[in-house]
Formats: sequence, structure tokens, C-alpha cells
Amino acid sequence: MIDFDTYMLVLSILALSVIMAIIRVIKGPTAPDRIVGLDTINTIVIVAMIIFGAAYTEVIYIDVAIVYALLSFISTLFIAKYLEGGEF
Amino acid sequence: MGYFDILIYIFFAIGVFFNLLAGVGLLRFPDVYTRLHAGTKCTTFGSIFLIGSVILIGLKIWWNNDTNGSVLAIHSAIALIAILLTNPTGAHAIARAAHRSGVMPVNAVVDDLKNKVKKTTKKKKTGGEK
Repeated sequence: MIDFDTYMLVLSILALSVIMAIIRVIKGPTAPDRIVGLDTINTIVIVAMIIFGAAYTEVIYIDVAIVYALLSFISTLFIAKYLEGGEF
Repeated sequence: MGYFDILIYIFFAIGVFFNLLAGVGLLRFPDVYTRLHAGTKCTTFGSIFLIGSVILIGLKIWWNNDTNGSVLAIHSAIALIAILLTNPTGAHAIARAAHRSGVMPVNAVVDDLKNKVKKTTKKKKTGGEK
């Protein structure tokens, strides 16, 4: 079986990646830069939820990850449409 | 430690490496479009391997006569399909919105989309006046 510390190592490296994306969200010169950072954070959080579900063998975390993936997709599309400045 | 565990560790290593590359590329690239290239493609490829390793873990639990593993594997596969469908679509929408809102590539020599968008908007305007 996979060691519990392995999961935590993977999750900490993913957290490092999320921190880099947060720096881009704060620094980003334009609005699309910030949206790119948010999109990356969303994907990494989904993956982290699934790895948590595998670490604790709880299936409910993975269901939450599925719903989060679809909702973050809708929010990304909505912000992109808003930036474009057209009709909805 | 069997061959299956080694395969899971290799998948973990590949996925984590690519997700870390996504963060580094997001910090280091000079432009919206290159950042989008790093932040979307690397996370998609990395999440394929990380969720694939979780699917393998679920199959292994299932193999040891625990039906919880089947649910783990199948739901992870559904989440992977959701990511694979939504992530490139969202990236395409962001790139299109960035170009239309006036953020241009920094060091680009040729920008074909710019000329094309100008032509189409002119046609639309003339059509509206008539």
C-alpha cells in the first residue's frame, strides 16, 4: 500500500505550485493574467481533492471534486465572456 | 513492494513534476498567452497522471476484495473526464477574451488574428449601416 507520507509530499508540492499561481494572481499586470492564475489554481485544487480522497479512502471528496470542476469551468467561461465585453 | 506500487510512484512523480512546472512557467513567462500555455497544458497533463495513479490505487483496493476501491476508481475516472473536457475549453475562452479585450502578445512578429478580427468587424459594421 502507498505510504501516507507520500500523499502528504505530493500535496505539499502541489501547494507550492498553488503559491506560485497566487503570486501571479497578485502581481499580474492585466486582468487576463489573473484569470489564468485562477484557472490554474482551480485545476490544482481539484487534483489535490482527489488525492486527499485517495489518502483517506473517502469517496465523498472525489464527488466534491467533480462538482467543483464543473462549477469552476462555468465561472471561467463567465469571466471570459465578461472580459470580452459583448452581449451574453 | 510490487510492480504495481512502483507504477503508482512513477505516475505520482510525473504528475507532480508537471504541476510544479506549471507554477514555474506561470511565474517566469512574459506574456498572457505563454502563461496560458504553461498554466493549462502542464496542469492538464499532470492531472492525467495524478488521477491515473488514484485510479490505479482504487483498482488495487478493489483487487483486495474491498468494493470501496471500485467507487474510488470510477469516480476518479469521471473527474478526469470532466477535467479533460473543461480545461482546454476554458483556456480557449480565456485566450479569445484576452485578444478581444486588447491584450496583445509582447514579442510577437506576426499576429494574423488581429487582421482577421478587423476585417470581420468592418464587414459587420457596413452590414449594420445598410
